[in-house]
Amino acid sequence: MKVTLHVWRQAGPADRGRFARYDVADVSPDMSFLEVLDVLNQQLIARREEPIAFDHDCREGICGSCGMVINGRPHGPERATTVCQLHMRTFPDGAELWIEPWRARAFPVIKDLVVDRAAFDRLIQAGGFITARTGSAPEANSIPVPKRDADLAMDAAACIGCGACVAACPNASAMLFVAAKASHLGLLPQGQPERSSRVVNMVAQMDAEGFGACTNHGECMAACPKEISIDFIARLNRDYLKAVIRRPW
Amino acid sequence: MTQLVVAPAPSPVTPRLTRSLIGKKLLMAVTGVILFLFVVLHLLGNLKVFEGPAPFNAYAEGLRTVGAPFFARGQLLWIARIVLLGSVLLHIWAAVAVTQASWRARPVGYRRLEPVETTFAARTMRWGGVIIFAYVVYHLLDLTFGRANPSFVPGDVYHNLVASFARWPVAAAYMAAMVVLGLHIYHGLWSAFQTLGVNRPPTAGWRRGGAALIALLITAGYVSIPAAVLVGMVR
Repeated sequence: MKVTLHVWRQAGPADRGRFARYDVADVSPDMSFLEVLDVLNQQLIARREEPIAFDHDCREGICGSCGMVINGRPHGPERATTVCQLHMRTFPDGAELWIEPWRARAFPVIKDLVVDRAAFDRLIQAGGFITARTGSAPEANSIPVPKRDADLAMDAAACIGCGACVAACPNASAMLFVAAKASHLGLLPQGQPERSSRVVNMVAQMDAEGFGACTNHGECMAACPKEISIDFIARLNRDYLKAVIRRPW
Repeated sequence: MTQLVVAPAPSPVTPRLTRSLIGKKLLMAVTGVILFLFVVLHLLGNLKVFEGPAPFNAYAEGLRTVGAPFFARGQLLWIARIVLLGSVLLHIWAAVAVTQASWRARPVGYRRLEPVETTFAARTMRWGGVIIFAYVVYHLLDLTFGRANPSFVPGDVYHNLVASFARWPVAAAYMAAMVVLGLHIYHGLWSAFQTLGVNRPPTAGWRRGGAALIALLITAGYVSIPAAVLVGMVR
């Protein structure tokens, strides 16, 4: 099959950026989308042109490195799928695809489709961890965890931090990411002592990074490759409300 | 290596509620619920117009005398008005702050962002709010202050209402505004559940459907009044 790609090319953070058109022939329907970019990059290198910069690592949908907006949808049109797991059979022959980086003030473009997601790292540093050294994995069942909480915490922990939630949000809000991280720890016994301060500090950091505010569109949940529910956002809000009531200033 | 990260020192002047975006959303949700309760009570009162001029005017008079002998005439009404005005101002202030933060959060936009999950109601919240505000200003000038009413008689609210809605463009604008209000309440109510963190199992499955049903009933109730004037049922 053949595809036409309009790829966002931006030489660096200071460059304005523009779309460049590439026609790629002999695409196998079994190729992943990233493999099409690999093939295109080989052709670009052979033509002594600058290859397209994009993030990728595990290519099995679990590392959170890859991500780009394809025809207005983060990670492309397939639900619960990272762009490395998106196969070309999803698209019709001759498809015209517009490829853009995540767009948010908090995720500045480094080059082409690569954005700086250090804001997520700083959010984790603000409270997305347990301060105490917990040692190695404890004996199973030594700390009882209700089945429902364990399942919910696992659902939240599925977040791979790819940033598609921010990319999909009409407000470029990081609420789903922060909600997933805060809920994953806040649901478990080990996370209880810092449950309140964690939420307060992560929310303050989220604002400081310049993410927008949640207006409950639900686009993050639709784009999330791990299908994390916006119910976790309600949970984050509830924890924040409790923290504010306890310490209004 | 465990690295401790010290949180930025909280500013002592403003409370957390007004400082963070989630705090502003909480403020918006609480004031929104207050305004929603007003919209419900206002509708229940206004439906008395179908009982005729005397009961409807008595209801309007009752709003001023309610609470007697503990409250002087109009005292409770003014307390309610102050609470409502405060809620409107805080609601708008929070909405403007949140909107500005969101606009700043994406300086370079997409060529196109394909909507998947969002609703028409969600996408029209901001402009819907502006339309509702403009409508409320006109509504007060028409039926409270009487400046925009063709034959305003203080105290005869039944007459004022009929005189205003007998003009079809006013009735049509009123009905359109109530559709906008219904959309605003639908997304606002379910958003308030989300923002206030109400999603425990008993409510979880009902939040969206319940909000839609309540919004529909409110719009239908309000639209029925100018419609009844237009078809001559209320005259």
